[in-house]
Amino acid sequence: MLNLPENFKSYSEARQEGFIRLKGLKESGKKVVGVFCSYTPTELILAADAVPVGLCGASEDPISYAEKTLPKNLCPLIKSSYGFAASDTCPYFYFSDLVVGETTCDGKKKMFEWMNEIKPTHVMQLPPGRTSGTALATWHSEMQRLKDVLSRTLQVEITDDDLRQAIHLKNRERKAILDFYDIGSLKPTPLSGYEINTLIDNNTFLFDTEEKIAILEKRTAELLEDYEKNFKGKPSRPRILITGCPTGGVREKIIRRIEELGANIVGFENCSGPREQKDLVDENKDPLLALAEKYLRVNCSVMSPNPQRIEAMDEMIENYQVDGVIEVILQACHTFAIESSRIKKFVTEQKHLPYLCLETDYSQGDTGQIDTRISAFLEILA
Amino acid sequence: MNYVGIDIGSTAAKTIVFNGEKVIASFVMPTGWSSKETAVRIKGQLESLGFNVESADIKTIATGYGRISVEYADMVLTEITCHGKGGYHLFSQDGVIIDVGGQDTKVITIKHGTVSNFLMNDKCSAGTGKFIEIMANRLAVDIDELFSLAEGGTPIPISSMCTVFAESEIISHIGAGQPKTDLAAGIVQSVVSRVALLVERHDIKGICILTGGLSHNQYFRKQLGEKLRREIHTHDLGKYAGALGAALIAADKFKH
Repeated sequence: MLNLPENFKSYSEARQEGFIRLKGLKESGKKVVGVFCSYTPTELILAADAVPVGLCGASEDPISYAEKTLPKNLCPLIKSSYGFAASDTCPYFYFSDLVVGETTCDGKKKMFEWMNEIKPTHVMQLPPGRTSGTALATWHSEMQRLKDVLSRTLQVEITDDDLRQAIHLKNRERKAILDFYDIGSLKPTPLSGYEINTLIDNNTFLFDTEEKIAILEKRTAELLEDYEKNFKGKPSRPRILITGCPTGGVREKIIRRIEELGANIVGFENCSGPREQKDLVDENKDPLLALAEKYLRVNCSVMSPNPQRIEAMDEMIENYQVDGVIEVILQACHTFAIESSRIKKFVTEQKHLPYLCLETDYSQGDTGQIDTRISAFLEILA
Repeated sequence: MNYVGIDIGSTAAKTIVFNGEKVIASFVMPTGWSSKETAVRIKGQLESLGFNVESADIKTIATGYGRISVEYADMVLTEITCHGKGGYHLFSQDGVIIDVGGQDTKVITIKHGTVSNFLMNDKCSAGTGKFIEIMANRLAVDIDELFSLAEGGTPIPISSMCTVFAESEIISHIGAGQPKTDLAAGIVQSVVSRVALLVERHDIKGICILTGGLSHNQYFRKQLGEKLRREIHTHDLGKYAGALGAALIAADKFKH
């Protein structure tokens, strides 16, 4: 019999439901694999007849716990992820049979070594760039290695047919997510950035991909109708594109505030947006190779060089008719922080749009300053 | 019609009255611990000068860190927008406005007369008026004395990025018997370097204008100019740039 964590009652309703659903799945014999990042090929997990679950890492609460082991001056997302695991306050982590991570930055890859002491953690070794002759071969062999680890740990055989089915299902999910994101390109947008961020996040509490697809398709249809009836032809507030680090942990402090202070977030050029969804896995190739090719195209700043992120941003600025770009950098996230000067240059000099960089963490200590910066930025757009 | 601009900063509260053509009154008072009380005191002071902010022929815009405490304001705007407007008005030229404030130092780019970009210091107070105030306290002098001491000194490099650590650094220099003049010069240099770094992150086109509490300080202005290798312009109303900008925007917005 599995037990729920002691502080279970303090969790929000949506997350509680997710936990209960997951507990039910576990009791029915289903295996669970915890994941953190858009580089994780969830198709392999689905093909292993297991459930991929996004793990906790967006709250300040467990950070002080993590700082018993990890340095203070580290990305809040890494500290939060580890803190949840170490303090046993993330039921999703608790129910996971295996955790899969990637070497997306030095902080994460070293943190995973600590996490492995709590729960088996498999780390995929990402190539540092796409351009070297061996990058694809390396990443392809990492796909094979994950497949072997999953087969061994979960005691299943993963056939090419299972994999092809999983790829097809995930591609359908990607299309549904993309259609949902596309609503943001309507002017004025009938959809708040806060909802985009929340709905995509809440979907990680669901474990049936068909159910996820159905929810997304239904919401997209509702929003289209809402646009035709109530929004079309009306004036638009300033339209903001968010870029940079994942924003789950600063959703209240930054995402909600931008919209409260008078703008609409229409798109996310970060992990909460179409970065991973925008191109599909080739269904006509050898499945492992197709997965390797697809996931190597994710435009994370960990890739060097990373001109594809600029191309993606260019496309989004045009599609979403953006008026200004706000970049969110989490404390000590070196790759995004260093890349931000290039993003600023591109946005201001080539797209001739205002750009604002907000460097922050999960604490509330800079709320006032963040508000002033956002307000001043929106006053420029007014 | 008169237009009032109130800039309640973390240290000083500045007020300007503009009649649509020229500034007809200005005063400054310490913010104290409560910006709500400061706002009430400003209202009283304005009344004693014959301006009733509640009357229909006066429009008020509040800015600065205490802006939301000005309950009688018709509008609030950030200090970035107001300093940009006020700074531009003083020189009528595009360029960069450097405002060394009590809590925040801001660098504002003005293009075609309006704010096009800005940067603020990070959470840390190094490079702000607060840093100078804390260090002056440590040397047991006031801020003006600190600057005159600095003029006669050879700067001792202060390498700590954070105010609290820089204070420890100063304490260890004091313990080692370093002359006060050299410490004072080191403190000013440290602020100059931090501010210059923020300015250099901007693409400077046009003139550099120094506003805020340090704009009347000739020594600071000269040091900053040398560091940036360009002329730094100041103005008698420099300290009032935020309040002036607020009053000017009020005139633009509420003029019939």
